[in-house]
Amino acid sequence: MQFLADFLPAGLAVHAPALIVVIPLIMAAVAALMPNGRLGWLVTLITAAIVALFALNLLGQVVESGVISYHLGGWAPPIGIEYRVDMLNIPLLLVVGIVGLLCVIYALPSVGDEIAENKQALFYSAFLVCFAGLLGVTITGDAFNVFVFLEISSIATYTIIAMGAGKDRRALTASYNYLVLGTIGATFFVIGVGFLYMATGTLNMADMAAILEETGHNRVTQAAFAFIVVGLGLKAAMFPLHVWLPNAYAFAPNFVTAFLASTATKVAFYALIRFLFSVFHPDVSFVSMSFTWLFAVVGTIAMVVASLQAVFQTDARRLLAYSSVAQVGYMMLGLGMGTAAGLSAGILHLMNHALMKGALFMALGAFALNFGVRRIKDLAGMSKTMPASAMAFTIAGLSLVGVPLTVGFTSKWYLVTAALERGWWWAVAALMLSSLLALAYVARLLSAIWMDAPPSHHGELSQRRLAPWMVLVPMSVLALANIYFFFHADPLVWLARAAADAVMGGN
Amino acid sequence: MSPHLILRVISKLLIPLIVVFGLYVQFHGDFGPGGGFQAGVIIAVAVILYALIFGMDEARRAVPPTVVRYGAAAGVLIYAGVGIATLLMNGAGEPLNFLDYDALHPDQGHHTGQHYGILLVELGVLTTVSSVMLAIFYAFAGRVPDIPDEEW
Repeated sequence: MQFLADFLPAGLAVHAPALIVVIPLIMAAVAALMPNGRLGWLVTLITAAIVALFALNLLGQVVESGVISYHLGGWAPPIGIEYRVDMLNIPLLLVVGIVGLLCVIYALPSVGDEIAENKQALFYSAFLVCFAGLLGVTITGDAFNVFVFLEISSIATYTIIAMGAGKDRRALTASYNYLVLGTIGATFFVIGVGFLYMATGTLNMADMAAILEETGHNRVTQAAFAFIVVGLGLKAAMFPLHVWLPNAYAFAPNFVTAFLASTATKVAFYALIRFLFSVFHPDVSFVSMSFTWLFAVVGTIAMVVASLQAVFQTDARRLLAYSSVAQVGYMMLGLGMGTAAGLSAGILHLMNHALMKGALFMALGAFALNFGVRRIKDLAGMSKTMPASAMAFTIAGLSLVGVPLTVGFTSKWYLVTAALERGWWWAVAALMLSSLLALAYVARLLSAIWMDAPPSHHGELSQRRLAPWMVLVPMSVLALANIYFFFHADPLVWLARAAADAVMGGN
Repeated sequence: MSPHLILRVISKLLIPLIVVFGLYVQFHGDFGPGGGFQAGVIIAVAVILYALIFGMDEARRAVPPTVVRYGAAAGVLIYAGVGIATLLMNGAGEPLNFLDYDALHPDQGHHTGQHYGILLVELGVLTTVSSVMLAIFYAFAGRVPDIPDEEW
């Protein structure tokens, strides 16, 4: 890990925690000034590459020298805002940075097809704001700062989802729905933070935790807990609060769906973990009760119900969106086990899910780019007309089911092991049932791709049309990563384990 | 003889005063209530009043939408640029962090750097807020045709 910590000049590396958020923010302003979409994309690409490098560098720094605490403006916490990097937010920074970079490479052809030329530069600007917001939520150690960055990313997200209106006007209502619900979620969250501030007199998370441990809990902090869980649960698409997600993913531009599906809900899920473990303590009775009776239950219901809903969809992206809700359920179940093994299985699934859903939505985007595919029946014969994309889609789809030789199997394996360790047989049964349902909905997609004949126009079958290489490369990287990390599971498992240990006090 | 003569004359009188008041709120932000956000709204209001009285076309000529777009980005660049400047101006001694205004001026005794820093940052806020207010106004007002004078 030493080379990761050292490859940046020391002057830059010291400020990496601030720069990883500030650079996308500055570049958002620069992108807005660009005269055309191509230059806007170039700015975005450079930014995403820099962010990915910073994320790797932070990984090296944390492994080599422990938790990093960066004081903005030189004001020491708890007065000032602290950026805090430990092993829990490193996996998230890596996912957002690296998957974000791959998505941005993919963006140029996809966005060029879907968004009017005169709006592209502004679109990239909004995307970068969202990117900066997600990184900010991940890296900050200040409870109110989490709210600010959550809103920065959400407001930008509403905009970029609404940009799907060029292809389908329903993107506007989808985005508006998300705006209303997302704002309610943010309000709940900030009310919770307000209560905590009232109870502790501080906004710094570590300081809050210390004061709460000293003074104990009362009605105010319990109310704060409830508000924060509901607020962040809404953002993370926790089961009954997921209604905004299917339409938002189905009608957003393909690039946006690929990016959000692999990052946005995960960042909210991370914030939830951070509050549950680093602000509230898992040993406090109402917190530990919420694990078993809230997160595990809600997660299990999501795994089954959302998968069942996915089976009956006609729109391909809506189907995958419901599947995303089910996958959030898996993570919630892992969290609900309340053990280090469970939490690390949840975080492992978080990373693996980013790999699968990124590849799946990119492949759907490639189909949409060449053939305007939206519904499942439009996928007919894609194995003949777009073999490479169909292959990537198949690998990631199998990974979603949890077939051996893919990462989906690894994370389900760890979830099952953790559930058995806890003696939760019903959770194992729910996992199996949910995997069977996943098999059903993935089979619907795959049978259309592989079994059905390509559509014919005037008696002539559709011609083979290769996707542009800028689509193929990031898509193949993600699809192959699904296989690679099955055989070399150690890095991801180690990251997940270290993340769980960082908050469970394992080291 | 143009209609709304009184409105035009009075608002021509008021608009410079509104801008001056906006600048007062901006520069007094250090010592009292106020600051870049409020000042930005007040200055944008001056242009919006101008647009209400003299029409959208006149307002667009005075403050073109391109200027608004560049202004919105420029404000963010000023704000973040101050932060980058504090990193770059790190002299000898303890390395300072992002947005540590003390780097901006060597006079640590009176914290002159802190004053410079907050003024510059607020200037960035002012630029972005007033530009975004105008951008929102232009976007909404530009959607419908101006009300013809007969319908007043």
